[in-house]
Amino acid sequence: MTAHDPEAMRRPNAPTTTYLYDDYDAAFVRERVAEFREQVRRRLSGALTEEEFRPFRLMNGLYLQLHAYMLRVAIPYGTLTARQMRRLADIADKWDKGYGHFTTRQNLQYNWPKLVDTPDILEALADVEMHAIQTSGNCIRNVTADHFAGVAQDEIEDPRPTAEFLRQWSSLHPEFSFLPRKFKIAVTGAEHDRAAIMVHDVGLRIVRNDSGEIGYQVVAGGGLGRSPFVGKVVGDFVPRHDLLAFLEAIMRVYNRFGRRDNKYKARIKILVHEKGIDDIRAEVEAEFAAMDRSVFAHDPEEFERIAGFLAPPPYESLARDSQMLRAAKLETPAFANFADVNVSAHKIPGYAIVTVSLKPIGGVPGDATSDQMRALADASERFGFGELRVSHEQNIILPHVKQDDLFALWRMLDAAGLATANAGLVSDIISCPGMDYCSLATARSIPIAQAISKRFADMSRQRRIGKLGIKISGCINACGHHHVGAIGILGLEKKGQESYQITLGGDPTFSASIGEILGPGVTAEQVPDVIEHLVDFYLAEREEGEAFIDTWRRIGHARFKDVLRREGEDGADI
Amino acid sequence: MALISDGGFIEDAWRRLADEEALPKAGKVIVSLPRLQHALDVLGPEASLGVIVMNTTEPSALIDALPRLGLVSISFPAFSDGRGFSLARLLRRAGFKGELRASGRLVADQYAHAVGCGFDTIEIPDDLAERQDEEQWRAALNVYAMSYQRGYSGRGSILEARRRAARP
Repeated sequence: MTAHDPEAMRRPNAPTTTYLYDDYDAAFVRERVAEFREQVRRRLSGALTEEEFRPFRLMNGLYLQLHAYMLRVAIPYGTLTARQMRRLADIADKWDKGYGHFTTRQNLQYNWPKLVDTPDILEALADVEMHAIQTSGNCIRNVTADHFAGVAQDEIEDPRPTAEFLRQWSSLHPEFSFLPRKFKIAVTGAEHDRAAIMVHDVGLRIVRNDSGEIGYQVVAGGGLGRSPFVGKVVGDFVPRHDLLAFLEAIMRVYNRFGRRDNKYKARIKILVHEKGIDDIRAEVEAEFAAMDRSVFAHDPEEFERIAGFLAPPPYESLARDSQMLRAAKLETPAFANFADVNVSAHKIPGYAIVTVSLKPIGGVPGDATSDQMRALADASERFGFGELRVSHEQNIILPHVKQDDLFALWRMLDAAGLATANAGLVSDIISCPGMDYCSLATARSIPIAQAISKRFADMSRQRRIGKLGIKISGCINACGHHHVGAIGILGLEKKGQESYQITLGGDPTFSASIGEILGPGVTAEQVPDVIEHLVDFYLAEREEGEAFIDTWRRIGHARFKDVLRREGEDGADI
Repeated sequence: MALISDGGFIEDAWRRLADEEALPKAGKVIVSLPRLQHALDVLGPEASLGVIVMNTTEPSALIDALPRLGLVSISFPAFSDGRGFSLARLLRRAGFKGELRASGRLVADQYAHAVGCGFDTIEIPDDLAERQDEEQWRAALNVYAMSYQRGYSGRGSILEARRRAARP
């Protein structure tokens, strides 16, 4: 048994595993709500023009979308309690249309709130220690982390204390709230990168140096959007006590020298690209050397205070392999498929990590109804210490489930329509909202995801294909991360028609690469055919146990291009 | 122009000197950066001299003059352009003790940010001051009791308060 924090008792249903607000955190979030309520009032009274109001509503997660406002709620490092998930469901029912959309940055979006209701929604969030702070705007955005944090077998250190530490530091930063552009930070503490740190403005990788000290490899200048870049190392080993000073140095260099003449060239990736990483590193090091670092002297104590909350739950001592699980798999093939595909190894014997797919065949990727949110909350309380995670793949994770409970959990999920056994498979598609919601979109994305998902509806075929990441964006801003999809799909508009550009070979992990364009764009109707041809070619060419991207890397892009060319000559009109 | 200090609208004791105007022997005047060296040469050390600079100015262009300056005004070309906040920090770090002024179309909602970065006063155009009156600027200073950052001015630090509370 691990120590149980008595403070947790103040909050009903609270697990021991998540950060708990103290009075300062609670007051801060309440003050933020009061400030926003006043800002809305002043907007309506005319004291603030729309242009003036805009950055402040964005810094509180409120966008003006195609049909309505959209409110993006922060789920810091993707961690939620059952109580918080229930509150998200209640908000969806009361102020929205009974559902929410989980995003690639581990947040939740409501697509239909009214401006005048948003202060009340924020108040309802503050009740459960949540907010919408900095989920948008030209500021440091909600910090993301590995969704398997704390339970992965390949972990050096849980990245969540670092992410919470950064959440607090970046909240309403006096100096860095009016940056040239948005600024996204992701943290991983594992040997396999599940947080896509190489394609963030700053990516932090927790590492251990030769003397056993924990520190951070700091990568800067990665990003997707219209000019995708893989990040470059700006600090090889930054000790923990220097982390905030080092980040402030990066932020100051970016705030001063990042381009502001063109919003498409304003991200730090462009600064790094144009000046070169060596110049930027020299600037950051000079700034770091010049600053007064004594103000950060007590950071390690604060870090330990935060880490104390994010402790492991009271696991039982169990056998490594569950006989019950083995028996249930033999008895129920549908469950066996779920257990094989959606269950990952846990660092504690007898436990498992469960991925609950929000990608039902033909569904909207990342959407969950309020009933499903409540079912997930219930499931987490019955089987997982009341803790949930949101993954950047837009799925929900139950991070600590006893293997003995997996079958009962599966039945519960199945009853809620949440047992799709496709985690990581071809129908586990990442997609932005696209033309159906977004005012920036140049093409639809959700219907494309649905069409591909239906084309591969046969689950045994999906399992035969194996892990394969398809990512779809409805415009070049790349919210669907298509650049780093093994297969990426980008929806554009050409002469009034939707046109989809396919890319291959993207990789969001430490071995990050940006996908290469396959050929001319295709129509919406052709996309499922093209994907199917590519997949069939891969199946014919792959070696034993080889993932799509590895086959692509081995035999080369040209061979895949040939597939499409041949299809075209055969009259398939692709 | 309206000038805000400590949450209230105040009279401006400084006068912005047009480049073609002669340097007065006394009084508080603000000159442009290109004219600064000349003004320093002409006026005695007892004169009250201020300078207005772009938010892209390199701090090194001002460092030598800082001890003799009573005011530095930093222009904000747009309220959403945050470069002036970093420049203010750098000038404070360089030891500037005089009045630090933000000049431009800043809105009341940025007041605490400006104070946090070391600004004393905010100078805004009259049309903005009409929409955003003294009450809004005063209120903006008191929205948050404390802040998460360390080493920034204005509000108390949450981390320091936690440390005090944790001490036996």
